[in-house]
Amino acid sequence: MPVTPDHTQVARLRSGIVERMETAVSVRHVSVEFEGVFKALDDVSLELPPGKITGFIGPSGAGKTTLIRVLAGRQKVTNGTASVFGLPAGSGALRGQFSYMTQSLSVYPDLTVGENLSYFARMVGLKRGQLTDAVAHVLQQVDLKPHAAQVVGSLSGGQKQRVSLGVALLGSPELLFLDEPTVGLDPVLREQLWRIFRDLAKAGKTVIISSHVMDEADRCDDLVLIRGGKVLAHASPHDFCVQTHSKTVEDGFIKLVEASAA
Amino acid sequence: MSPRKTLATARRVLMQLHHDKRTLGLLFVVPPVLITVLKYVFQSDAMFDHLAPMLLGIFPMILMFLVTSIATLRERTNGTLERLMTMPMGKLDFILGYAIAFALVALVQALIATGVMLGLLRVTVLGGTLPTIVGAVLAALLGTALGLFVSAFAATEFQAVQFMPAFIFPQLLVCGLFVARDQMAWALQWLADVFPLTYSVDAMKQVTAHAGWTATLTRDLFVVLAFTLVALLLGSLTIRRQE
Repeated sequence: MPVTPDHTQVARLRSGIVERMETAVSVRHVSVEFEGVFKALDDVSLELPPGKITGFIGPSGAGKTTLIRVLAGRQKVTNGTASVFGLPAGSGALRGQFSYMTQSLSVYPDLTVGENLSYFARMVGLKRGQLTDAVAHVLQQVDLKPHAAQVVGSLSGGQKQRVSLGVALLGSPELLFLDEPTVGLDPVLREQLWRIFRDLAKAGKTVIISSHVMDEADRCDDLVLIRGGKVLAHASPHDFCVQTHSKTVEDGFIKLVEASAA
Repeated sequence: MSPRKTLATARRVLMQLHHDKRTLGLLFVVPPVLITVLKYVFQSDAMFDHLAPMLLGIFPMILMFLVTSIATLRERTNGTLERLMTMPMGKLDFILGYAIAFALVALVQALIATGVMLGLLRVTVLGGTLPTIVGAVLAALLGTALGLFVSAFAATEFQAVQFMPAFIFPQLLVCGLFVARDQMAWALQWLADVFPLTYSVDAMKQVTAHAGWTATLTRDLFVVLAFTLVALLLGSLTIRRQE
């Protein structure tokens, strides 16, 4: 059944009272087919809690990015419905309530860090009076204050990644989709970013992170294991390990894959 | 769509150019240099006087076409467009932002090229300076709009660059620069009639040959403007919120 937007939901969203909702994201029997053949997502159903860090974990090509793109309203579904805060994914009313850090850098390498942040801050809808403070706050969050006047193209890989994350933090969205935000980063930097994600969840924000690195799974509150376009499991890391009689999420994942292949 | 976001986008595009001094330099220097070279290619002043204004309707258009198609292709491939389309920003903010930014660049470009042509090279145009500049700016804007539109069909920068010979050269061949249009085969005349560059070149011919603002000049400029607006509209249709 299609989810139709209703006015109370929109009003609730606009007033920022989203944390009272029981689910942040709801996916029902969603399939995405490319060129009618390849199934990037195959009958996926999920309910994700608000105010938590949910990890979409799985090998590359599993369908993590496609699922995020569906939720961010960028990808049409072939079947099923997806909704965010009770509204159909892709609704105009949702824009500005969530942010999306894509896997590619998605900032302008030929602009400075500060110019990138100010431009995206305007696009997110921040008013002139809020702009300077918002940009300064984000620069502090991602620890790039000394590099504000530097052109993004001249930064290191980890710094570029943080600029991209910084853009996703602008305007304090209720929900953040972060597609492989820590890929290729050194352990210290990864730790720093996870501290930011943790703080966001503490502040009641919903954070959805994709990763193909299994050891990131333990840091999530909620795990969605994806492979071949299907959800293999959805549980907290602890529950998942108990259920699969495994010491680590990685062991459990391998057990599940082997069991399904047998 | 909001004027604030459109203007912020225009400003951002200009800032990117500002950081890329070499591109900016090429945009402003190449057209006057080419026109100057042409002066010495021809022995006769009459021939040069006839051709130079037409080239003012062609070179800026080609340059803007290339720059815009690559710039928008980059937005598509580096993920910035993907990100922008999840933000509360209109597709027209994006398209018009580009159009405004490049219109300003086109204006400066036209002022420099016209200045060199009329001032230094002493080309006489009966129509005067103003219609010459208007014609050059509109031609450059047409290039921007076409570049925005066709970049949607290029998957790589290699393809985008080759759209220049594919889209612009046919227009160049039949526009009346090489052979007067009424001396071409009917099929080519028909092609010339539907290609926008024909009108841009024809406008420049009007400016060269007639004193004052002729009705044909007005028609030509309106046709170029109409093509520009349609290309911008089609360009905004090629940007999709949901794929």
